[in-house]
Amino acid sequence: MHMSKQSLSISDLNSFSGRSSTRLSGDVILTALVWVAATLVVGMFLWLLGDLFFHGFNKLSLSFLTDAPQNSGREGGIGTILVSTLLILGVALLATLPLGLGTAVYLSEFAGGKTGDKAKQLIRMSLNMLAGVPSIVFGLFGNALFCIWLDMGFSIWSGGLTLACMMLPLFISTTEAGLSSVSNEWRQGASALGLSHAAALWHVLLPAAAPAITAGLMLSIGRALAETAALIFTSGYVDRMPESLADSGRALSVHIYDMSMNVTGGDETAYGSALILIVMLVLISSVAVSLTNRFLAQRITPS
Amino acid sequence: MNTPTMNTMAKEIFGADSTAAHEKTSPYTLGNVEQGEACCIPVPHIQVENLSVAYQGKTVLENVSLDINKGCITALIGPSGCGKTSFLSSLNRLTDLTLGCQVAGDIRIDGMDITSPGLDVMALRRKVGMIFQKPNPFPLSIRRNIEMPLREHGIKNRRELEQRIARALQDVGLWEEVSDRLDAPAMSLSGGQQQRLCIARALALEPSILLMDEPCSALDPIASAKVEALIQSLCKRYTVVIVTHNLAQAKRVANYAAFFWMSERVGKLIEFGRCQSLFESPSHELTAAYVTGVSG
Amino acid sequence: MIWSRHNTSFLSRADSALTQVTGSTALVVAVLLGLVLLLLIKESGSVLSDGGWTSFFVSDGWYPQSDEYNLLPMLWATLAASLGAVLIALPLGVMSAVFSRFYAPAWMVNPLRRIMVLLAGIPSVVYGLWGLTVLVPLLGAWMPPGSSLLSAILILALMILPTVSLTSEAALSAVSPASLQGAAALGLSRKGVVLGVALPEARAGILTGALLATMRALGETMAVLMVAGNVVQTPGSLFDSVRVLTANIALEMPYATGDHRAALFASGLLLMMIVTLLAWLAGRQQGGDGRGHAHE
Repeated sequence: MHMSKQSLSISDLNSFSGRSSTRLSGDVILTALVWVAATLVVGMFLWLLGDLFFHGFNKLSLSFLTDAPQNSGREGGIGTILVSTLLILGVALLATLPLGLGTAVYLSEFAGGKTGDKAKQLIRMSLNMLAGVPSIVFGLFGNALFCIWLDMGFSIWSGGLTLACMMLPLFISTTEAGLSSVSNEWRQGASALGLSHAAALWHVLLPAAAPAITAGLMLSIGRALAETAALIFTSGYVDRMPESLADSGRALSVHIYDMSMNVTGGDETAYGSALILIVMLVLISSVAVSLTNRFLAQRITPS
Repeated sequence: MNTPTMNTMAKEIFGADSTAAHEKTSPYTLGNVEQGEACCIPVPHIQVENLSVAYQGKTVLENVSLDINKGCITALIGPSGCGKTSFLSSLNRLTDLTLGCQVAGDIRIDGMDITSPGLDVMALRRKVGMIFQKPNPFPLSIRRNIEMPLREHGIKNRRELEQRIARALQDVGLWEEVSDRLDAPAMSLSGGQQQRLCIARALALEPSILLMDEPCSALDPIASAKVEALIQSLCKRYTVVIVTHNLAQAKRVANYAAFFWMSERVGKLIEFGRCQSLFESPSHELTAAYVTGVSG
Repeated sequence: MIWSRHNTSFLSRADSALTQVTGSTALVVAVLLGLVLLLLIKESGSVLSDGGWTSFFVSDGWYPQSDEYNLLPMLWATLAASLGAVLIALPLGVMSAVFSRFYAPAWMVNPLRRIMVLLAGIPSVVYGLWGLTVLVPLLGAWMPPGSSLLSAILILALMILPTVSLTSEAALSAVSPASLQGAAALGLSRKGVVLGVALPEARAGILTGALLATMRALGETMAVLMVAGNVVQTPGSLFDSVRVLTANIALEMPYATGDHRAALFASGLLLMMIVTLLAWLAGRQQGGDGRGHAHE
């Protein structure tokens, strides 16, 4: 649909440009400006990505992915870092999925008259604000709540739970959107068959919204993986293999930070880790995109 | 007044053990109804008295009273907006789903008042099935479309499920067409097949009443004819209330007809009677005008 | 359509369980924001109760050892860096959105968008890494030291550019085709349509995107930490090393105790209040124009 809008405007507009000399020059200037802007933008990013690839590529190898860091990370690999990262992510998902799904179902499926609507408005507003809170503030919050008040110290638990707080707004809004867009005909049909809301959700609605929900989940995971500031004072810096979830663990993003800022000669490792991180994010993003496309396609029913 | 029963304990989604025996002994609050029979010996099945329906304060249907007879096919005719669908939806309490909808009046099915707030609406809707204008099979396999509601209502026995599924599909004439691909997605069926699947889905629950809201209007003529033939075959076995804009269809299919009309911006029941007499010798002039195609 | 429980007091056991479970998760999530605020206030209590907020703005400077906590230099640095970034990123982002929507050949549109989405997800440490190893030396060769307010502005601009571009593109795509066709039919050139019709109509959405980008710039920690030099001083020129509030927290938290720690929490609270105000404005903006544009 975007394409047809696009061709409409270009063909329409192109045929009308260049009527008079003054109009022509104005049009040309804008066109030039716009092309320059686009080239500049794309160019900067190609420079960045190219640099990253160029510097990080020679670090890549199987051993890099599996070995533990040595010599403060200048040598060796990021094996233990990857494990910590996945554990932190796992804890975050453990908290985000139930809380997020429950809240999204509540927001999407239940009305409560005046008080219920007010409550939902409040929740949505608070989630919007939560989405804007800087990650360093979440770091402070996580530190105060999980590390100190709940006495978990610097641990994978603390890091994961703090990340969950950050993932929730995005996950809830995408899940709610996914659920709301599922056809109402099925809700009506389910009610007419005497099925409870819970049954309709479990058998029909959630499976139908599953691609959208998973896509939202992928986006949230992407955000979580990119997080650094919140993890520095919640899951800590320890780069050894964590023995339990109560151990401190270093996430990949934190490793990049440490290697580039605190360890002289750590640049190579930083680049290699950054490349790995980017690759992970690209994969996750591709899965999210293909899921979203599948979800949209599935909603077109054959007649 | 009826109090909510806990028979729905048997219908929990995560597997309570409910057997067919349990299901028979736990009464739903409407009283056990035998399906079918009657028609032509008028036995009221649904008794509606002074029914009014309003949405957010705006009345769409006012003071409708009529008796729907057992085993008969009753057609609700009249122009759009007269409240026919609202009337239908109040019979299975689907009006509960619309925020701000108020239903006033008396509705009795087999003598039981179904308007009390504490009624077990899920049991009600099992006995009063509804078919919608646009076919709405779930995005599941054909088998699961029928099986899932059965399981939810407590029927877990594998053999009984298979039997019910087969019987329902045979009833609607789909069995030959789909018996070899029951696990195919229901959405891959044609529109007419989907609608018949929806009817099968409702029939599998062994209802006594079927409500149909313009079931053929979204279908092509051939599919429409098939569904119409199916509806005719339901006579005597089920009580059918069908909303239709197609007067010819009403004449072909129905035993009784109720004519609705918009009067003073509110839907009202103008005339009700045996289908033939309503069409050939209507008592009210509005009816006469409508059925001869002069107005509406 | 939403399930309304107004007209029925009956809830199956599965549904009452569902209501309770989802209601409690929603409650937990609802109090999260309040919890964050509460904890921030509690932790910054010791230094706030002493002299209130004024001490943060009138003390001699940021000298934790001597209990002086003047936030102003860092606040100026934060504001300067963010506003500078938005000043660069907004025009560039809008232009690139205009390009994508009105000037790019059809084959370019989707890949371009995919790249923008990818770039919006690049972690700030990666931007910081690139800034540290490429941008700072470059700037340093031009005007030492390389790590300065300018490098912070440039890196931040790069970071928020994809977001601005994507939200602007969404806003432009939401401009009704009728407006565009009408403008073309009036003989307007492409420039005329873009500047006269599309951009004004998309203004609200673009503004919301700009607000969101500002929020992100204000809250950014890692990238700025890595390139800005981190000297606590009010920036006198673009080439001064500066420390922003976020970077300050990140650098000093590991070893801060007592009042120092409380001061850091207070600076976090200040940041949060600024950002929340912007979020509220953005929310009102979005709600006001009736169109919600999702930001990615």
